[in-house]
Amino acid sequence: MAGKIRIRARLDGDICEVKALMRHPMETGMRKDAAGEAIPAHFIEDVQVTHNGNVVMHAYWGAAVSANPFLAVRFAGAAAGDTVMVTWTDNKGEKGEGDTKIR
Amino acid sequence: MTNINSAGGMARRSFLRLGAVVAATALLPTKLWAAMMRPAAAFTATGLEGTFAEIGGTPVETDAIVFTTPDIAENGAVVPVKVEIDEAKLPNVTKIYVMVEKNPNPLSAMFMIPEGTEKYVETRVKVAQTCDLYAIAEADGKLYMTKKETKVTLGGCGG
Repeated sequence: MAGKIRIRARLDGDICEVKALMRHPMETGMRKDAAGEAIPAHFIEDVQVTHNGNVVMHAYWGAAVSANPFLAVRFAGAAAGDTVMVTWTDNKGEKGEGDTKIR
Repeated sequence: MTNINSAGGMARRSFLRLGAVVAATALLPTKLWAAMMRPAAAFTATGLEGTFAEIGGTPVETDAIVFTTPDIAENGAVVPVKVEIDEAKLPNVTKIYVMVEKNPNPLSAMFMIPEGTEKYVETRVKVAQTCDLYAIAEADGKLYMTKKETKVTLGGCGG
């Protein structure tokens, strides 16, 4: 499930606030389905936010981040029109990415 | 003849371009993430003390971390957390961790913050049952923490 990411990047002075919403089940591996079978762990392990290609946030996650994860970060030195990109990789090696222009 | 040749050229060009994209994608992770590997043992550690041991010791309590969490969470599966560092009190923060005391594995997330990025992060975590949530910051190689209790009406790991 190479998921899309909804991203908003807003400028306040020269600080940019990025809000990202990723589509992902974030299964812990500890839940059981209706038939009593264990649902395998499936969660985002690695998230990166870049500004014009430079990493402004790099996060490692466990399965305890909520399903369809939300992330907000703020960084300096931004200008309107710059590109902000968010990428993730999960424990199965699947990837998701999305980008937006700063407004 | 000309047509066949140009078609062949097109196919080769797009093949080469595809190859370049694949190569770039394959190289990207190692290049960007060489800085620090994911601390897998910290994410699978059980109990707070065990998890603290994996990240380098028990943090010292501080009031320099502004940790915003709900006092009561109706749904433990989606608990918003916000961590802000008061940089006048605690400068040079490079990492922020979020832990949930009574989750099977307390470490939920860690954030590596390069220079130029605000010492600020917001996300949502699962909280299995009523317990303390911890915001931990690493600055100059030392660990600091602030904790706050969240009461959970409906656990975050049900199903």
